[in-house]
Amino acid sequence: MEHELTSHVVTADPHGLVAEFPLVVIEPSRGWISLRLQDLWRFRELLYFLVWRDMKVRYKQTLLGVFWAIVQPVLTTIIFSLFFGRLAKVPSEGIPYPIFCFAALVPWNFFANGMSQASNSLVGSADLVKKVYFPRLILPTAGVLSGVVDSCLSFLILLVMMFHYGLVPSYRTVFLPLFALLALCCSLGVSLWLSAMNVQFRDVRYIVPFLTQFWLFATPIAYPSTLLSPRWRAVYGLNPMAGVVEGFRWALLGTEAAPGPLVLVSAVVSLAFLTSGAFYFRRMEKTFADIV
Amino acid sequence: MSDSVIRIQHLSKRYLIGRKKAVYPTLRDSIAHAARAPFRRLGKLVRGQAATEDLCETLWALRDVSLDIHRGEIVGLIGGNGAGKSTLLKILSRITEPSSGRAEIRGRVGSLLEVGTGFHPELTGRENTYLNGAMLGMHRAEIARKFDEIVAFAEIERFIDTPVKHYSSGMYTRLAFAVAAHLEPEILLVDEVLAVGDVRFQKKCLNKMQDVRRCGRTVIFVSHNAFAITQLCQRAILLQEGKVMMDDTADKVVNSYLASSSETVASRDWPDLAEAPGGDVVRLRAVRVKTKEGQTAETTDIRQPVGIEMEYDVLKPGFAISTFYYIYNEHSVHLLTTANRHPAWHKVPRPAGRYKSTSWIPGNFFAEGTMSVRVGACVTDDLPPDQFDVPDVVAFHVVDPVEGDSVRGDNTGPWGGVVRPMLEWTTEYCPIEAGTLEALGQEVDR
Repeated sequence: MEHELTSHVVTADPHGLVAEFPLVVIEPSRGWISLRLQDLWRFRELLYFLVWRDMKVRYKQTLLGVFWAIVQPVLTTIIFSLFFGRLAKVPSEGIPYPIFCFAALVPWNFFANGMSQASNSLVGSADLVKKVYFPRLILPTAGVLSGVVDSCLSFLILLVMMFHYGLVPSYRTVFLPLFALLALCCSLGVSLWLSAMNVQFRDVRYIVPFLTQFWLFATPIAYPSTLLSPRWRAVYGLNPMAGVVEGFRWALLGTEAAPGPLVLVSAVVSLAFLTSGAFYFRRMEKTFADIV
Repeated sequence: MSDSVIRIQHLSKRYLIGRKKAVYPTLRDSIAHAARAPFRRLGKLVRGQAATEDLCETLWALRDVSLDIHRGEIVGLIGGNGAGKSTLLKILSRITEPSSGRAEIRGRVGSLLEVGTGFHPELTGRENTYLNGAMLGMHRAEIARKFDEIVAFAEIERFIDTPVKHYSSGMYTRLAFAVAAHLEPEILLVDEVLAVGDVRFQKKCLNKMQDVRRCGRTVIFVSHNAFAITQLCQRAILLQEGKVMMDDTADKVVNSYLASSSETVASRDWPDLAEAPGGDVVRLRAVRVKTKEGQTAETTDIRQPVGIEMEYDVLKPGFAISTFYYIYNEHSVHLLTTANRHPAWHKVPRPAGRYKSTSWIPGNFFAEGTMSVRVGACVTDDLPPDQFDVPDVVAFHVVDPVEGDSVRGDNTGPWGGVVRPMLEWTTEYCPIEAGTLEALGQEVDR
């Protein structure tokens, strides 16, 4: 009976038809494997839908809704202005302290929220990972990207504040997207490492809040990096967010901390995080479905 | 073979399970081991190994599986729990990697591994349809084109803009299946999804899968339900402990699977009188399912009669004894009750001794399925029986080998009903007068 059916199908379709579909080979992977970026491109619509879902769901059943995106950086700015600006008299390079601080918090919050969202993305979608195939890189990427709209909102607030203080952005604003991109690279790079590790070691869940707090103070948000001598400022660039934050201020507020060696070092470190994270992620990817 | 769409060669998958017993003789050793453990794990992490490898035992979920699956086939995968069925589907859908071996696939693979995975409760039916479609690999335009069809198939038109958290579980699974069923992949992998929804919807799903095959697509269908496999598939593969035990036509494989599974017992006996079920008058000693040749059989041909034989001891003379069989199908539907009404024994006081009574069920009587027998005996002819009453004492599978002379003929599709009698059909024919047909045709054209 089975043979009858098979031969029937073959006569109905010349066998050349079967060859028209792309051939997929499934084999155990060995060593360092390719990133398969073309796969990622093929699933770009899924990335779009996941980002859209995260944004849509994020403030469901909250009273303030999307205002949370603004409340968080505004409250932090108020507290920093009181304690660092007023009490500790931290210098702010001639810029009103609240603006000085808020301009840094916009990229910082994008980075920190993206990191906490994305590092949990694989474990949070465990049933998806176990049941459906798609390039797993999409999950942490969506986690990071879902913060874009929130950041745009707080950026608008920043513009309103600048207008209030009578600060006019200079021509340097055209470089702003570059620093935004750097923040994205940095956030994604760290997230790839953390999310892949989180699958096997749930310790990551406990590390991330601590890491965020530590990193916040290690980044020149409440204070300017010009407190350091020029030579040490380049070393400071090893914290990639230092470059992002200083770059943001430079492009938007015209602070003196020009994008010198500090930003260069930060950019290199960000890219190193991103590529190493992507390869590490791909290497661990084969075990995700089995151990998540 | 040039028409293979899936070619699997020596595929194996190893899992690490549980923990080996590690022996730490002293508290100091175990503390030292615990203190070193994070560093050891970290080292492995950096090297990209599974951190727990040396602590675990291995389990081969698949071992050296080689298969060729051709275009347009519906192949059933059958086997007990842990036989490797789901693992094979997971490898073919690229969710997990094989440990060794290789598989080549031609065409887009759609998998229905578990419907509704990835639905977000806060999103509406419409939003989830798009999200789920994208997860399964559909493009937005493709989903938009099929959207109305999907909603109609799921029968949730009124609720499509309601968050799915307010859906009943039936609506939820219907929508999920509908999305997946409209994926139109060249190869569809289906894992036990037919367990969802009501009977009518299950039927709809089965029909959808038949449609898929008609379009020249290939389906691999995993099920515990042997009957779903015989109804849907031509070819079946029996997996056991990760190996291919049998690869043949569906009914042969299903028969062999059912015969090997220990769930059904075709004969039971109680050699020790003290343990035999029964009262002070009658004790049950044995029950057997027999073919007409007198052999004990777990699997019976739908066209052949089946005998159910019971042996019992009458311990006290002078009682009129009635014996009963109740027969249930696999859905616990009570199909029939029968009692020994033979005039030689009915309401006749019996002497003590060993008796053997057989009741014959004719061929072409039950539908395909697993029949479970309950046996009883009483001295009063009142039910339920007062001497012994043993449910599920024996069971047998009724199987149709589809050789053309059973009720279903050569139809391999779903064939409902709890009984399958061979009924007589009469048809009368009367020729149409010349000219009438043309007139009728014109009528229809208009």
